[in-house]
Amino acid sequence: MSDLFNGIFPEYWAGIHLPSLVPYIAMVGSFAFVLGILPMLIWIERVVIALMQDRKGPNRVGPRGLLQPPADVLKLFFKEDITPGNVDKWLYYIAPMITVTLAFAGSATLATAVMNFRAENGDVFSLPVSVGDVNVGLLYILGISSLQVYGIILAGWSSNNKYSLLGGLRASAQLISYELSMGLSLLCVVILVGSLKVGSIVEAQNVMPFGIAERPEWWWQMFKGSFLSWFWIGSGLIPVIIYTISMIAETNRAPFDLPEAESELVAGFHTEYSSMKFAMFFSGEYVAMLTVSGLNAAVFWGGSLPPLNILPLTLVPGFIWFIIKIMMGIFLYTWLRATLPRLRYDALMNLGWKRMLPLGLVWLFILAALTLHSEGSKGRDTVPAAPVAEIKAPAVRGTRSARN
Amino acid sequence: MSPLLFWILAVVSVGAAVLMITTKNPVRSALALVTTFLCVAVYYITLSAQFIAAVQVIVYAGAIMVLFLFVIMLLNLGAPQALEEKGSLQPVIAWSLGGILLLTLTAARSLFTLNSPQAGANVYEPLGTVRAIGLNLFDPAQPWLFPFEMTSILLLVATVGAIIMAKRQV
Repeated sequence: MSDLFNGIFPEYWAGIHLPSLVPYIAMVGSFAFVLGILPMLIWIERVVIALMQDRKGPNRVGPRGLLQPPADVLKLFFKEDITPGNVDKWLYYIAPMITVTLAFAGSATLATAVMNFRAENGDVFSLPVSVGDVNVGLLYILGISSLQVYGIILAGWSSNNKYSLLGGLRASAQLISYELSMGLSLLCVVILVGSLKVGSIVEAQNVMPFGIAERPEWWWQMFKGSFLSWFWIGSGLIPVIIYTISMIAETNRAPFDLPEAESELVAGFHTEYSSMKFAMFFSGEYVAMLTVSGLNAAVFWGGSLPPLNILPLTLVPGFIWFIIKIMMGIFLYTWLRATLPRLRYDALMNLGWKRMLPLGLVWLFILAALTLHSEGSKGRDTVPAAPVAEIKAPAVRGTRSARN
Repeated sequence: MSPLLFWILAVVSVGAAVLMITTKNPVRSALALVTTFLCVAVYYITLSAQFIAAVQVIVYAGAIMVLFLFVIMLLNLGAPQALEEKGSLQPVIAWSLGGILLLTLTAARSLFTLNSPQAGANVYEPLGTVRAIGLNLFDPAQPWLFPFEMTSILLLVATVGAIIMAKRQV
């Protein structure tokens, strides 16, 4: 029982190997969380913006306007689904599907929590809860986010509408530009950790801050894995600023919402979409917001780690901390939307290419040099030379036997 | 690779490749090529070359094909009739070259040795990771550092050249 109180599960329970169930838990859990929170995000956004603009916000439908999201969803379901004339039907229908599928696929390698298991021989080992904690996790997320251009550009082109096309072109130019800064800021952390696994990046933040030595007293242990040892400060503030700006630009949100600038482009790439097809773009945008906020939380803000390593905070399960950090990202989105005016298009491109990209490159080189300097004394690590011979041998044998 | 996964991948990738060359609509053709690239990325994963798979998605599907789509859309090549060429020698040359390739592959027997069960089982799993590729690529004892750096210089020169040519025309 004391094991379960400390959050340690047995490796085998009723003959079931529990660690191999972890990806399924992550899959079902993340889908349930995202689909459940999705309608609420609209409510949260309305309430927060109303708060900031000193208005009452939604208060007509249900208590505190809480039934407004179900009403919105019902409205979207039952609206007439219009397909304009002269559209490229096939692409017009597939574009919202691409958007929403990729948005959901992006969160697959995020580590949402850490689960501890006690092996048969008494050792405790921990596993990151993620659909697949593969060793190219960050590259996978970047790859999926680079594919998200397709949904937008196809929607814009197939709608046969000049506003849609302009919105689609703007969106793709913006996505391509800000992807680079996003990748650079993530690379800064990758250099410090030496791994692209999101699970290992979270684990690497569970140390004493600023490299100071560990001591057994509780007031000293309190800072192990605390907010001071997360990578927002550990990588020197610049990467987290670059990442936060580019994550807002990547999801086409205010103040970078030029692709759907109402005053210029009606509604941008989804002008011609109605009913559930519009809802798919809408939910795709919100899921993408959740994913990039989750990546922000996992890479720069300690993922599932509590802000201080003391008793009441450590009792809260890791995924609750992760969700709290994601929701702080969502709050930031809403805050910016309520306060900042939209950027001009050339200002957007200048910020991406002439400010953030060079700054990110310089910072990457500085961090690389520092890491090389601090690891110089430890000696190079090498891959064992054996594998090359191991691969060649069976291949040669295979072809020979086939020829004979 | 399980047979189910193989058949799904095989049908989708070959089907998309055939669609790419048969469809008359350039945008659909480009999308079919993207599908083929994504299938190739999955093939890389099944061969435990995860880094190459991720790079395949980011570079080919995410960057190059987006550029293709941009060009197709901005040049407005959407009208299918515009692409039909009459009296062209191209199909004849394409069929004969394809036939020669098939003959060569058959003569080299490489079509029949693909099925060797040993080849799949002995793939060294950690070799495809980012760490192993990096350590091998930048190891002074290995011969790959010089070609790698030469390739990057070549790419840099091409980038600078493209910018200069674009600037001249403005």
